[in-house]
Amino acid sequence: MSTVSSGHTHAHHFESSQHEHKAGIHGVWLFLVTEILMFSGLFVAYAIFKGVYPEVFHEGHRYLDWRLGALNTVILLFSSLTMALSIHYIRVNKPKAAMINLLITIACGLGFMIVKYIEYNAKFHHGLYPGHFFTAHEHIEHKNLALFFSLYFCMTGLHGIHVLTGMGLIGWVAIRLKKGEFGPHHYTAVEGVGLFWHLVDLIWIYLFPLLYLVS
Amino acid sequence: MAHEHSTDYLHHGKGLWSWLTTLDHKRIGLMYMIAILTFFFFGGIFALLIRLELMHPGTQFMSPTVYNQVMTLHGTMMVFMVIIPGIPAFLGNFVLPIHLGAKDVAFPRLNLFSWYIFIAGALIAASAVVFGGVDTGWTFYTPYSIQTYKGTVFMVLGAFVMGFSSILTGLNFIVTVHKLRAPGMTMNRVPLFIWSIYSTAIIQVLATPVLAITLLLLVMERTLGIGFFDASLGGDPVLFQHFFWFYSHPAVYIMILPAMGIISELVVTFSRKVVFGYTAIAYSSIGIAAVSFLVWGHHMFVSGQSEFAGKIFSFITMLVGVPTAIKMFNWVSTMYKGSIRMDSPMLFAVGFMFLFAIGGVTGIFLATLSIDVHLHDTYFVVAHFHYVMVGGTLMALMGGIYYWFPKMFGKMFNETLARITFALIFLGFNITFFPQFIAGVQGMPRRYQDYIPEYEWLNRISTIGSWLIGAGFLLVLYVLIQGLRKGKPAGPNPWGAKTLEWTIPSPPPHENFTTTPVVSGGPYEYR
Amino acid sequence: MKYMPLQASTFGEDWDLVWNFVLWSSIISCIILIGGMIYFIFRYQRKTDKDKTAYITHNTFAEFLWSFIPLVVFMGIAAWGWEVYKDMRTFPTDALEVNVTAQKWAWNMTYSNGRTLTGKLVVPVGKPVTILLTSKDVIHSFFIPSFRVKQDAVPGRRSKLWFQATREGNYHLFCTEYCGMNHSGMLGTVSVVAQADFDAFMAENPNAEVSPIELGKQLYQQQACIGCHTTDGKPLVGPSFQGIFGKSVKIKGGGTVTADENYIRESILNPAAKIVEGFPENQMPVYQGALNEDQITALIEFIKAQK
Repeated sequence: MSTVSSGHTHAHHFESSQHEHKAGIHGVWLFLVTEILMFSGLFVAYAIFKGVYPEVFHEGHRYLDWRLGALNTVILLFSSLTMALSIHYIRVNKPKAAMINLLITIACGLGFMIVKYIEYNAKFHHGLYPGHFFTAHEHIEHKNLALFFSLYFCMTGLHGIHVLTGMGLIGWVAIRLKKGEFGPHHYTAVEGVGLFWHLVDLIWIYLFPLLYLVS
Repeated sequence: MAHEHSTDYLHHGKGLWSWLTTLDHKRIGLMYMIAILTFFFFGGIFALLIRLELMHPGTQFMSPTVYNQVMTLHGTMMVFMVIIPGIPAFLGNFVLPIHLGAKDVAFPRLNLFSWYIFIAGALIAASAVVFGGVDTGWTFYTPYSIQTYKGTVFMVLGAFVMGFSSILTGLNFIVTVHKLRAPGMTMNRVPLFIWSIYSTAIIQVLATPVLAITLLLLVMERTLGIGFFDASLGGDPVLFQHFFWFYSHPAVYIMILPAMGIISELVVTFSRKVVFGYTAIAYSSIGIAAVSFLVWGHHMFVSGQSEFAGKIFSFITMLVGVPTAIKMFNWVSTMYKGSIRMDSPMLFAVGFMFLFAIGGVTGIFLATLSIDVHLHDTYFVVAHFHYVMVGGTLMALMGGIYYWFPKMFGKMFNETLARITFALIFLGFNITFFPQFIAGVQGMPRRYQDYIPEYEWLNRISTIGSWLIGAGFLLVLYVLIQGLRKGKPAGPNPWGAKTLEWTIPSPPPHENFTTTPVVSGGPYEYR
Repeated sequence: MKYMPLQASTFGEDWDLVWNFVLWSSIISCIILIGGMIYFIFRYQRKTDKDKTAYITHNTFAEFLWSFIPLVVFMGIAAWGWEVYKDMRTFPTDALEVNVTAQKWAWNMTYSNGRTLTGKLVVPVGKPVTILLTSKDVIHSFFIPSFRVKQDAVPGRRSKLWFQATREGNYHLFCTEYCGMNHSGMLGTVSVVAQADFDAFMAENPNAEVSPIELGKQLYQQQACIGCHTTDGKPLVGPSFQGIFGKSVKIKGGGTVTADENYIRESILNPAAKIVEGFPENQMPVYQGALNEDQITALIEFIKAQK
């Protein structure tokens, strides 16, 4: 039991590559738990400040364009589908189809970041910077509006970093796929990255209504 | 059979490079040991300097500015670089896979990566000294931490990075425990050390991310002024305390649970008797881990949180005492009708129970609302957590080092000298920290560079005690180095222990087990 | 020797009762645990390396006992602790109110009639007193050991505590939340006096008819300038006031400025504007809005006089 049919060897401390795969996915799930807990800190901050300053959040959300947010939601949901499809194609041994889907996923990630860039630019243009750099004091109704934008930039910024990380990881598995390192019985890395990507998607699904659709 | 299995792990691969690129959990464990002992050395020097400054009222040789930085460095180094990684990353790495009958942890590369993250984090934290210094205390309370020296950012970032090392180590251990147990090694047959490391790993995975985001927000607060913790921007400085303690209270159990695991092993081995109440000890670890997430507010009884919150936190905090009491009584019951030998590891185990009992009951004082109002942030708290962290965790770590030293290096240390180290550390510890309980009750606040003359005699005793501890640890260093160089061969099982690591040669072969062990009974079958 | 500080407030007695109960139950449980352990060490010493030991895996009843009994005791302690705490947090309506503002590194007390004091709190004996706390800069904590009371002073928030002193005398006031360089010097005195003396204290008006220099000197102490600026030429956290007026000083980030009235005024109201080279930033609180024109003038006169 040192090798399996696909021709890949497994590390010496596992019984089989299936055993190794299970352990790997277990690890990824645990990692996702830590990610959720990390974001939960921000969600708690959101809940507290929303409780204290509901009017600030109401004013803040009007500066955000829900159409761009919705567009990004659709992009990410679609990319989750293509990510899942690429894993499916690897399992049925269709590396080419899998590769196309991976590339579409990266493209979606890029699209998401471009939309984010446009949104950020619009905020900066109006002086809606986070914290100290906030300069739009004259036009606003509530004096703690900067706090809303601090939250907005922290939450979407941290999420954006995750999108970029996810794109990098998908690029990495795409390269490995091209080298022929994955097969129907050996795709732990792709599945792990896929799970990560779904989480990034899931977090956005929470961020979108919380920030863009406050009322 | 003259292939690679016959070389032990210390000689499997030669040169520094083979160590820096090793995937062997035993070598990584030793690399943690070297790093942690180095940090401990510096943290200890800082502690001695603090005590020396406090020997008399007024300024002796450190101005308040210097004192506050030394106090902060002592706290941050000891907490983030010594006590949190101390047992899990060092002894846990070395022992855990062997205890399970596995050849390595689940993700060896991740394991090595965690070590490098830890070192990187430690270096970033240490660079705070160069980039303007840090004087916030290890708790980084806002708004002070937002206003003071720029070095704070580096210290906070360093702690943030080291947090990831902790998360990844915990994750690795959880998967290892779930997936890599030898055939027949069911969860109710794993050694109790595994249960404690496992509970610790759960806390590491669940709580550390919250610290990560908290520290990140603190960095953002300093660099961008996001205002979450700044009252003038609509934020709330006390929110930081909630976030911080949501991690840092469970972190207290990251520090103590592995120590409890070591004590379980030591008490059993040196009483040569099956453990009393395996299930209760195992589940009490999980119980402590679970409750640990619900008690953070007891650090904030006078911070202005609502009286109702204080009441809830006080009652839940009391619950932690129950599983702790179970453990203590079960250890003592294990000794009942045993065959007890007081070798140096057991001396430290007994020392642990003595000091931890005091540390534990003083925790009850602090959990009591009205009493805490008076004792909060006084030297009583300082003494309490040193009794738990030093009297608990460090005593257990020392016991663990002596216990597994023959396994790690295949050699015995000088037993007589080892017992003298115990005497020095144990006595020195009590002389140093017991007077601090009294100083605290009398009202001496913590983090004071100077104090009113009434407290002088207590502080003088305390400082003298600190020299004994210092001498004790220096002697430990000598005992270990001498054992390493001139120790007699230890043989596979010098203590007559029953767990799996003692069934293989000392030092263990590169792959731990030449044939996978098959387990057919509990871990401590002394019949 | 008495290990507890004097009890000098109405909380003292109840507090000490809870304390004694927790203390003695702790001592008893430690004696049982540690005593049992030490007894076993000697009683069951290893005789030979082949000793047989009893195979006792568990005893459900014993384990139930030593989890249930501690549980009951702990819950009892928590409930009792809460009862006493509840008294500490139930504020009397007829209390004398004193506003206390903490800053790095001084306590400023303001009475209802506008009388202010720094580092000293004067209260009448046998009358409830409510302290309303806030902070100008970072978190501080107001602690009187002899009264068994403590409460954090948080910037942007108002917190409070109350006590009723039972004996006349002077007691220590400490800051117990780490607040930076001079944390250990942020001390004060609580002076408990007879009601008649307190009334006399309230009737005094020391601010009437004093010279600007004299008023400046009082402010120099009350506003805690003294903690960082000496008058003997020794630099502390900030530059010494001795001979500073009219001198030209180097500014952080380049350039020099003459320390005239305008510069001193600016430095009081907005300290961060021009920091003298060699001194740390962000140490001094902003006094914008905290001092009126007369007070600023008085302070400048005082600094002028430090030749």
